[in-house]
Amino acid sequence: MKNSGIKWHVIVFLAPAVLVYTAIMIFPLFNTLRLALYTEVDQVRQFVGLENFRTLFGDPYWSGQFWNALGNNFWFFFIHMIVQNPIGIALAAILSHPRLRFAALYRTAIFVPTILSFVIVGFAWKLILSPIWGITPDMLKALGLKWLYAPYLGKEEYALTTLALISVWQFVGIPMMLIYAALLSIPEEVLEAGEVDGITGFASFWKIKLPLILPSIGIISILTFVGNFNAFDLIYTTQGALAGPDFSTDILGTFMYRTFFGFQLQLGDPHMGSAIASGMFGIILIGVCIYLFGIQTRLRRYQF
Amino acid sequence: MNRKLLSLALLGSTILGGAAAADVTLTIESWRNDDLVLWQDTIIPAFEAANPGIKVKFTPSAPAEYNAVLNSKLDAGSAGDLITCRPFDASLALYDGGHLADISNLEGMANFSDVAKSAWQTDDASASFCMPMASVIHGFIYNKEAFAELDIKVPETEAEFFAALETIKADGNYIPMAMGTNDQWEAATMGYNNIGPNYWKGEEGRLALIAGDQKLTDAQWVAPYEALAKWGEYLGDGYEAQTYPDSQNIFTLGRAAIYPAGSWEITGFNAQADFEMGAFKAPVQNAGDTCYISDHTDIALGMNAASPNAEAAQTFLNWMGTSEFAGIYANALPGFFSLSNHEVAMEDPLAQEFVSWRGECESTIRSTYQILSRGTPNLENETWGASVAAIKGSKSGADLGMELQSGLASWYAPHK
Repeated sequence: MKNSGIKWHVIVFLAPAVLVYTAIMIFPLFNTLRLALYTEVDQVRQFVGLENFRTLFGDPYWSGQFWNALGNNFWFFFIHMIVQNPIGIALAAILSHPRLRFAALYRTAIFVPTILSFVIVGFAWKLILSPIWGITPDMLKALGLKWLYAPYLGKEEYALTTLALISVWQFVGIPMMLIYAALLSIPEEVLEAGEVDGITGFASFWKIKLPLILPSIGIISILTFVGNFNAFDLIYTTQGALAGPDFSTDILGTFMYRTFFGFQLQLGDPHMGSAIASGMFGIILIGVCIYLFGIQTRLRRYQF
Repeated sequence: MNRKLLSLALLGSTILGGAAAADVTLTIESWRNDDLVLWQDTIIPAFEAANPGIKVKFTPSAPAEYNAVLNSKLDAGSAGDLITCRPFDASLALYDGGHLADISNLEGMANFSDVAKSAWQTDDASASFCMPMASVIHGFIYNKEAFAELDIKVPETEAEFFAALETIKADGNYIPMAMGTNDQWEAATMGYNNIGPNYWKGEEGRLALIAGDQKLTDAQWVAPYEALAKWGEYLGDGYEAQTYPDSQNIFTLGRAAIYPAGSWEITGFNAQADFEMGAFKAPVQNAGDTCYISDHTDIALGMNAASPNAEAAQTFLNWMGTSEFAGIYANALPGFFSLSNHEVAMEDPLAQEFVSWRGECESTIRSTYQILSRGTPNLENETWGASVAAIKGSKSGADLGMELQSGLASWYAPHK
C-alpha cells in the first residue's frame, strides 16, 4: 500500500487547477493554433496548411497591416518601458522613505486607476483631451501654453504616444507596488552597514537598493511586455476597431479583433484572425524566452 | 382520480386553445427594438383591422445580436415567419442558404423601383427576397437662424456652398460645418457618399463601377475627394479628434451652422435643437445640372422559407407595399422614408424637405455597399480612411483613387 507509486493526493489536489486551466486556457490556445491552418471555401472548412501565414506575411495588404501593427506595438511597449517603469521605481523609492507623511494616501491614489475599467479610463481621457468640451485646451491656455495643444487623439503623429501615456497613467501603480514591496524587504542592517561605510542618500539607492530590486524590475519588464503585446481594450474603447487615425494606433490586438470578428461591411474571418493570434503568441513566446534564458539567468539574487 | 381530472382539464384546454387559435399568428423577427411601440400600437392594429384572421407578433432582439440570433434560430427552425432584412450581403447569404423565400412575384413588389429593390436581390437582379421598407436620405441640415443672421442663401451649386462656408467662417460666430474625423465613418457616409453621386451621376456611375467599366481613378470618382479636401478648413478646431456625438451636440447646441447629415438624425435633432432647421441637398457643380441624391436602402422584410404560414406572410408583405403602410411608417419614424412609389405626405417639415428631393433628383445608394465590399481589402472600410485622409489633406485625391483602385482590383474580377 505504502509503495503503490501513485501519489493520489497530488493528483487530487492538482486536478481542479489542471482541469480549469486546460478547459479555458490550453484547449482554446491549441484550438486557435489549429484554426489558423484552415480556411473556409463555400461554407466548408478546408485544411490549407500554412497558406494563411503566407497571405499574412506575403500579401502586401496583409503584411503591411501586420508590420504596422507590430511596429506600433513596439512603440507602445517602448513608451511603457521608458516612462511607466522608471516613474514606478521612483514613486516606490519615494514612498518607501521612512519620513514621508501620508504615504498610504499617495499609494492608494496612485494605485486606484489600475482597478478602473478601460472603458471608464478611455472615456474620461477622451473627454479630458477633447478639443470641444475638454479641460486640456483651457488649462494650457491658462498657463500660456496654448501652442502645445493639438487634438492629440486625432493626429497620426501623436495618437499612439498619447494612448501609451494614458495607459502608463493607468498602470503605473503596478510597478510601483511591486518595487515598493521589494524595497521594504531589504533589511535595515544592510542599509545601516552601508551607512557605516559612508553610503547614504542617493548613493545608497543606486549602490544598494537598485541592485537588490533588479529581479523585480525584470519581472515588471516581462509583465509589461506581455501586457502590451496583448493590449487591445484601451485602443478599442477610444479609437474603435479601425484604430484611427489612419491605423496609426493599430496594434496586434485590434488588428486581430478586426480580422477575426469582422467590421462594418467586412465579414469576420476566424481563420485569418487565428493566424494573427498565432503570430501574437509566437512574438510573446519569443520575448518571454529571451527574458528567461538571456536575462533572468544572469541576474544575481541575494539571500538574507 | 385527481390525475385523471387534471389530464382531462389539460386535454380540454388544448381543444379550447385550438379553437381560439384558428387565427394564423405571424411572428416578425427584427433588430428594431426601438420601434416596438410603433409596431404594437400602430402598424399591427392597422394590418389586423384590414386582414381579419391574421394576428401579428413583433419580436425584436438587440441590434448588435440580431444577425447571430437570427442565424441560429433559422438553423434550429425556430425563427419567425417574417424576417427583417439587413441590406445586401447579410440577407443575400440567408437567401443563398435557403432561409429566405423568393418573393419576386408578389404583387406588392410592383410598387418599388429598381434602386429600392437592389439591396435585396441576387447580383443579377433575377430574384428578390425582401420587401423594401425604408431608406435614409443624405443631405445637409442647416441652422436657419444662422443663415438668416448672416444673410446666406441656401446653396444650390458647389461654388455657392463654399461661398456660404466662407461667409460663416469670416463672421466667426458659428463653426461653419459640424463634422469630425475621429470616428471615420461620417467622412465617408456623410461626406464622400453624400456629395459623390453628383459627380459619378448616381446609378450610372455606381453600376459602371460594379461592371468594371469605370475605375476609382476616373475623374468622377476622384473629384469628390478633391471637394472633401476643401472641407477641412471649415470644420471646427480640433476636428481630428471630434467624435460623431460631439458633432451632433455642437450642431444642436447652435454652435455650428451646417451639419452633413443623414435623415436618421431628424428625430433626435427635433428633440435637441431649439432653433429652426432646414435641409439642402448635396450641391451640384453648375446651376441646372441634374442632381443625384444618396437615398440609401436600409431595411426590408422577407419571408422565412420554412414558414408554415406562407400565405398569411405573403398577405402581410403585400400590405407593406400599400400606401397605407408607407404613410404610417414614414410618419411614425421621420427620417426613415418609405421606399415605395406612393406619394407619402410627411407631417415633419424637415423630413418633408428631405423626401421632396426624390421628385427633383435621381436616387442612388452608397457606391460601396453592393458587391464591392465583399472582399479584402473591403472597399467601404477603405473609403472611410480615404475620406478622412482627403479632409485632413494628408493624401491627394489622385493618390487615394489609385490606392482604392489597386485594393479593389486585387480581389474583384471585373477590375483585374
